[in-house]
Amino acid sequence: MSLPQVALEFEAVALELGGRTILQDIGFTVARGEFVSVIGASGCGKTTLLRLLAGLIAPSHGKVCLDGRPVTMPSRQVALVFQDYGRALLPWRTATGNVSLALEAMGVPPAERPQAIAALLAKTGLAGHADKYPSQLSGGMQQRLQIARSLAQDPAVLLMDEPFGALDAMTRQALQDEVLRIVAERGATVLFVTHDLDEALYLGDRVVVLDTNPGRIARMVDIPLPRPRNQLSTRENPEFLRLRRELFTAMQEMLA
Amino acid sequence: MKRWRGVIVPVVLLALAEIAFRARGGPSDSLAPPSRAVAALLSILLDGSLVVGSAQTLGTLLAGLALGSLAGATAGIALGSSDLLRRMTFLTIEMLRPIPSVALLPLSLLIFGFGYRMEIAVIAFATFWPSLILTQSAVVQIEPRLTEVARLLRLSRWQTAAKIILPAAAPRLMTALRLAAGLALVVAVTAEIVSNPQGLGHDLMIAQETLRPERMFAVLFWVGLIGWGKNAALLRLERRLFAHRGDVDTGIAA
Repeated sequence: MSLPQVALEFEAVALELGGRTILQDIGFTVARGEFVSVIGASGCGKTTLLRLLAGLIAPSHGKVCLDGRPVTMPSRQVALVFQDYGRALLPWRTATGNVSLALEAMGVPPAERPQAIAALLAKTGLAGHADKYPSQLSGGMQQRLQIARSLAQDPAVLLMDEPFGALDAMTRQALQDEVLRIVAERGATVLFVTHDLDEALYLGDRVVVLDTNPGRIARMVDIPLPRPRNQLSTRENPEFLRLRRELFTAMQEMLA
Repeated sequence: MKRWRGVIVPVVLLALAEIAFRARGGPSDSLAPPSRAVAALLSILLDGSLVVGSAQTLGTLLAGLALGSLAGATAGIALGSSDLLRRMTFLTIEMLRPIPSVALLPLSLLIFGFGYRMEIAVIAFATFWPSLILTQSAVVQIEPRLTEVARLLRLSRWQTAAKIILPAAAPRLMTALRLAAGLALVVAVTAEIVSNPQGLGHDLMIAQETLRPERMFAVLFWVGLIGWGKNAALLRLERRLFAHRGDVDTGIAA
């Protein structure tokens, strides 16, 4: 039995909370291995999309599916990377211990954990920081650690909620490239929420633009830029600039 | 040298007390100069009576504190994790909690008679409530992201309690323990003064009844020393355990 080509699916999804419509008529699919960026102004429900997929909340109407099956509860197949890394890490555990949490949850035998943890920390550039506590790491390193923990789940789907929103520009670019490399290696499906248009275009195979009040899909644009992407050449590509202009204008109009 | 600055005030006060007492002249049945209190302290230290009293008071204190705070913390974790349980027990707790623990001394005496058990029971009752309330609020205030991480990783209820809730609440639990320990000393000495003929509280009563104020001051000073030492030890333990945690303000004094 082969897995379906569609990894994620929103089917006429709406969400109401306390009498307010947060999301309305959301319908789109994400293919296996696809990298989809979701962009929109704050309050458009982009984070809510991820929380629906993660199984943390249930839709009021419609269906959210993972591999063709409705999502009813969280699954370790799906990893969620929060923007506020400082709160999502366990402050009483070292970097090693934080990655270990996911392995413990997966039931990986204790004897196999150290090797797996070392490999994950090396992959996320934290090899020399295994014994540090989150409070001893910079913001960028804490976010790397959260990514390492989510990779420890060996997820088929990676949901990222403005993961680099609180980081400085240099760290941000380095992490963008690392995420692209890791995702390409693993063939993971990614839904990446951001409020930064350049980031959405740079990373994604496709960009979903959300409008606010209630949150709904305004545009869906394919990004046919060659991979691997490059911080200089990709961002100078005429197609990148054309898409940037197009989406920027569209978003300005939505705000007006 | 800076850390010794705090010693200046008590030393000056003691010296003033000594001077005032000598200036007044004559013996007293109600007060004693510090010099005689120190002599009395040495004598009861050497004859072993202070050691026996301290052992009795501290023994009951520890037993009562262990019982009360363990039961309180367990109940607090249960209540903190369940809205239903919280709603069901709210009225009961709010009715039992305001009962002054020393008001239970007659009842406890009736049930257990003189000795360790009546005092342990009252200390356990007294420390149960602050442990319960503080643990419950510690659990309720756990960073919601962490509970979400537990859900996303599909941790079992037991794993969530052991790997997330307990360690996340641990610093507040330590604070609760420190507060409860202070309360336990108050209740222990009170029980010994009011009804239980043993321990340091009873020593105070004997000193009063035999009109020996210097002995009374010696024991009072000793009780203060015990309270201070216990608090300092717990604070130190707290700092050591949680020093590396960014989420803990280890400067807390109470």
